[in-house]
Amino acid sequence: MAFYVVQFLTGLASAAALFLVASGLSIIFGVTRIVNFAHGAFYMLGAYVAFTLTERFSGALGFWGGIVVAALVVAAVGVLVEMVLLRRIYHAPELFQLLATFGLTLMVEDLVVLIWGPDDLVGRRAPGFRGAIDFFGQNVPSYDLFLIALGPVVLGVLWLLFQRTRWGILVRAATQDRDMVAALGVNQKWLFTSVFALGVFLAALGGALQIPRDAVNHAMDLRVIVEVFVVVVIGGLGSIIGAFVAAVLVSELNAFGILIFPKISIILVFLVMAVVLIVRPWGLFGKPEAPARRTPGLTVNPWRPLTSNERLAAIAALIVAAALPFFAGNYALTVGSEIAIFVIFAASLHFLMSVGGLASFGHAAYFGLGAYGVALLAKLAGLPMIACLLLGPLLGLAGAAVFGFFAVQLSGVYFAMLTLAFAQIVWSIAFQWVSVTGGDNGILGVWPSSWAASPSHFYWLSLGIAALAVVILRIIVFSPFGFALRATRDSPLRSEAIGINGKRIQWTAFVIAGTVAGLAGALFAYLKGSVFPDNMGISLSVDALVMVLLGGVETVSGAVIGAIVYKALNIWLISKTDLSKLVLGAFVVLIVVAFPKGIVGTLETILYRRRKSTSSPSPILTSRIETAE
Amino acid sequence: MSMAPTLLSVEGLTKSYGGVHAMRGVSFELRAGEILALIGPNGAGKSTCFNVLNGQIIPDSGRVRLLGEETTGKKPRAIWRMGVGRTFQITATFPTMTVRENVQVALVSHGRQLFNLWASTANQARDEAGRLLDLVGMGAYAERPCGELAYGDLKRLELAIALANQPKLLLMDEPTAGMAPRERIELMRLTARIAREQSIGVLFTEHDMDVVFEHSDRILVLNRGTLIAEGSPQEVRGNAQVRAIYLGDGLLYDARHREGASA
Amino acid sequence: MRGYVVGAGLAIAVATMAGNAMAQSGEVKIGEINSYSLLPAFTEPYRKGWQLAVEEVNASGGINGKKLVVVSKDDGGKPADAQTAANELVSSENVAMLTGTFLSNIGLAVSDFANQKKVFFLAAEPLTDAITWSKGNRYTFRLRPSNYMQASMLVEEAAKLPAKRWATIAPNYEYGQSAVAVFKKLMSEKRPDIQWVDEQWPPQGKIDAGPVVQAVAAANPEAILNVTFGADLVKLVREGNTRGLFKDRKVVSFLTGEPEYLDPLKEETPEGWIVTGYPWYSLKTPEHEAFLKAYQAKYNDYPRLGSIVGYQTIKSAAAILAKANSTDPEKLIAAAEGIAVPSPFGEITFRKIDHQSTLGAFIGKTALKDGKGIMVDTVYRKGSDYLPGDAEIEKLRPKD
Repeated sequence: MAFYVVQFLTGLASAAALFLVASGLSIIFGVTRIVNFAHGAFYMLGAYVAFTLTERFSGALGFWGGIVVAALVVAAVGVLVEMVLLRRIYHAPELFQLLATFGLTLMVEDLVVLIWGPDDLVGRRAPGFRGAIDFFGQNVPSYDLFLIALGPVVLGVLWLLFQRTRWGILVRAATQDRDMVAALGVNQKWLFTSVFALGVFLAALGGALQIPRDAVNHAMDLRVIVEVFVVVVIGGLGSIIGAFVAAVLVSELNAFGILIFPKISIILVFLVMAVVLIVRPWGLFGKPEAPARRTPGLTVNPWRPLTSNERLAAIAALIVAAALPFFAGNYALTVGSEIAIFVIFAASLHFLMSVGGLASFGHAAYFGLGAYGVALLAKLAGLPMIACLLLGPLLGLAGAAVFGFFAVQLSGVYFAMLTLAFAQIVWSIAFQWVSVTGGDNGILGVWPSSWAASPSHFYWLSLGIAALAVVILRIIVFSPFGFALRATRDSPLRSEAIGINGKRIQWTAFVIAGTVAGLAGALFAYLKGSVFPDNMGISLSVDALVMVLLGGVETVSGAVIGAIVYKALNIWLISKTDLSKLVLGAFVVLIVVAFPKGIVGTLETILYRRRKSTSSPSPILTSRIETAE
Repeated sequence: MSMAPTLLSVEGLTKSYGGVHAMRGVSFELRAGEILALIGPNGAGKSTCFNVLNGQIIPDSGRVRLLGEETTGKKPRAIWRMGVGRTFQITATFPTMTVRENVQVALVSHGRQLFNLWASTANQARDEAGRLLDLVGMGAYAERPCGELAYGDLKRLELAIALANQPKLLLMDEPTAGMAPRERIELMRLTARIAREQSIGVLFTEHDMDVVFEHSDRILVLNRGTLIAEGSPQEVRGNAQVRAIYLGDGLLYDARHREGASA
Repeated sequence: MRGYVVGAGLAIAVATMAGNAMAQSGEVKIGEINSYSLLPAFTEPYRKGWQLAVEEVNASGGINGKKLVVVSKDDGGKPADAQTAANELVSSENVAMLTGTFLSNIGLAVSDFANQKKVFFLAAEPLTDAITWSKGNRYTFRLRPSNYMQASMLVEEAAKLPAKRWATIAPNYEYGQSAVAVFKKLMSEKRPDIQWVDEQWPPQGKIDAGPVVQAVAAANPEAILNVTFGADLVKLVREGNTRGLFKDRKVVSFLTGEPEYLDPLKEETPEGWIVTGYPWYSLKTPEHEAFLKAYQAKYNDYPRLGSIVGYQTIKSAAAILAKANSTDPEKLIAAAEGIAVPSPFGEITFRKIDHQSTLGAFIGKTALKDGKGIMVDTVYRKGSDYLPGDAEIEKLRPKD
């Protein structure tokens, strides 16, 4: 019995640490609607700064002071980030802020290694909380008890702050309706800044408090960020109590789950999230979001198919690209193939995001399923390459059909999180089912047949399929189905009122996108000759998102450019420098600030304005442009 | 009134939210080609009634039949397929498409081509869309981005969209809200003309009593979820209970008089 | 318009990467790939090690008079990126052979690439048995003692313990799983009386140490096998110390004696664990003294095990290249099979039968000295003594 009590307390201690970070993320999202990917980076910075301070200043005051000062220092960094970077992009399309904070995260990961060195740092134990307390023969670390007490204290302080102060009331009002607060004449800028500061403070505090139990290292951010997202979503976005309950739920399920299924930790949070979102689409304590008041897009020029001149230009570009094997070497061709494959992958996500308005955070699942489909068919069934390329993507299709059915019942961030959960479930199956998938060591020896084996042939194959995929997706965009999908995105109310079954349309779009992603994955398996679980990992999903946003989410095929630029830069940087994350992150941040519509979106706007400048712009257009700036 | 067939029949609709009755036993009928106004003060139950008719709310009891076929419990899109077009109080259109494309989507849906992945939408029902836009006086704006339209034009576009499925019944929630007075008259005259020509029944709610009394054949008055009066504009204007409800609002004076003054 | 951008972008992107495809004649190039950005704690000492080796090789005349050049690439910890890097090294840099890699899956990916493209590959650090056995191929050699070898070294000591009730804690991925599997198999062969009372599989890098420690303690084992390392190990040790998990229990632990993993523990180092590792501070052989002196002179830092691996990888590669006196992969293989190379741990050979080197490891016990973790009672175990018989390997390894 004592054991179960202690295990419960241990779970609570884990929950407290999780809650601190999660509450910060929830507050930030609630008010600013920013999906702050950099939250984990602030958590990590908190730990690093606290390490330095606590090593330098001795004694209890030095330690506890160091923890608090570290959180304050990092909060100040957060304020700087908010003022310099995020303020410029609040009006950018949804999720663009995610891109910015993703760029920041990349930079911070390299920066901490530059500043603090590559070794794991083990900080001091907390003065007064070094040992354990005997509980009927079981040892409970006193620091755990401290954390267990801290969780509810922080919850209480936050509650008081939000219920009893004018600032807190404003924050709550802003959480419910941002525009209303702006209308009340509140200085929205500083409200956002202060909220961001508080959120970052909590993250950094959470990180700093890990010093006595953890090793400070440069991978702490990714370790925590996904889990924290999941906790926030389970609890309900913007709900502090929800974050607390979800943190406790997840930690306790883990603490007791490992007694029965020792391998459960790897997948547990995602299973819980998937179940919660299917049963309660807005999380445990979340409220149904008011039908998303669609922020007016930055681009008002309606989409149109390419003119005949543009079509000729595209064909010319394709011919130029197809001529590459005549003057480039094998490496360049293989890189070209890889870029072409990522064009397919990014285009498939772009179709879902831009036409369907559905931002998937787990699109790599279908890429990976396609790759595994090919690998299994080739290795187990021994099918030839053509058959594998045709049949492999069907695994992506099947996965998208099953998961998409549930995912399209949700929208916005909840949709994103459910797709993430599904992707993680698929990933952990590939990771754990060693007898079939080879687990972490993957499936090797999936090389192309001799007709496609030479780099130039494979390049032409990839380029051809990429061109075909982009053309087909474009045809679908301008088909009746594409219009129905856009109609569902633009106005669910109106589209339902003209007989469109939005969920069914979105589901179909999800399956199309999943199948095309599967096709990309199938080619990728042959390009690399092997498949690994990280072909369906979070980082690949994030890469795809970045490519789409970089190209411009409000364009028809911006992802094509986004994929070329991002992938080429990525490969080039990895080859040229060990600090590729720092440079790439800085590039992403720069693009976000300089071109908040993405590369193609910005080009289009320039062209559109030039065309427009002959006739006077309409008042609505000008007002939108003003809000954008 | 001609002896047109009964288009819509509403029987004993009741709906309550947590003990508050939004509608209590509301019954009425609507004939083809007839223009029926549903009025009442705020909170009278107009919206609830409308949302039951278009399928967004399921009533606690009562039923709605369209040309004898039950619509209660059906989804909005199914009711639309039965021949009910609608416009919204706050316009709901597709801002990223052109004006013509807005209508084309509705026409494509009517033609059951929604899952056509191959054809080019630009060629789908292009002329039909143009005809509908001409009908509502929006022909000149066909290629404009919908997001740039002025509010009055959006209302007219909505009417064109609502007509795309050759409806038997039009549900219009505050069709003239937010429009300039002259635009209101134009829009309602247009609606009336279309209704007569195509024998469409129109049910609309409206705050502007000028519009109500000028353009409706019959008026229903709701108060606290109950139908308290029904009849021609003349009859309703003379109804003491209606006058009592609207007393002080200064809304129920002779519309003719006002129109004369402003003309 | 957009079309032009697509084509031009693709062409430029690819053309800039074509790079210089010409190898200068007076040079021999080795391509090297490792997870520098993902695992800097291990790859930094490793890089220092191989840089020292390059310096030494060139100072003593290079490869038969030609200058040795190492072109090094980061793989970001992803198998797919490692293959891109391998391709660049082979296609654009025209390297004579590939070396490096840390993670097992990356080692396997590069080894499969090497097999497909017929390139010689000397794997430095990956531990998985598959790389030389079940997925072994004629182009791939491996330096570091494998999972199996380290397990059988540990089993030799563990079997001497009286403990009968054992629990295991291992990261939930291929390395952890196969380490536990081999250890259990070998252990049960030697000690049929042993019971396995609990196993914990925390996700790699994400251990929630408190509940794991509690769960193991609840099973009340007499001894524990640990396979976690890095930050996970730190958390496990800290929780275990606080909760008294290691009190009166024997712990056998993979890799923990390596400075990379032992040093961060500082005063929290648990005492008396039986570990594999690298006690650079107590090795007095002339080979090692020479290496240590050179290393400390160049970097003003002490070597980690990674330094040894990096150093010995390039030293071995140079010896193979010199013996083959060619960059032809077939000649390199012929030269490498059975080659004997001096190392800081004494002479090693690359076995013909499975391409595994006989580099060994040190077994010892952890201890605390001046607030730092060290290994004591260390003995060097030669790799060749801890490999299965040839007949068994014939069964494990696919025919070329």
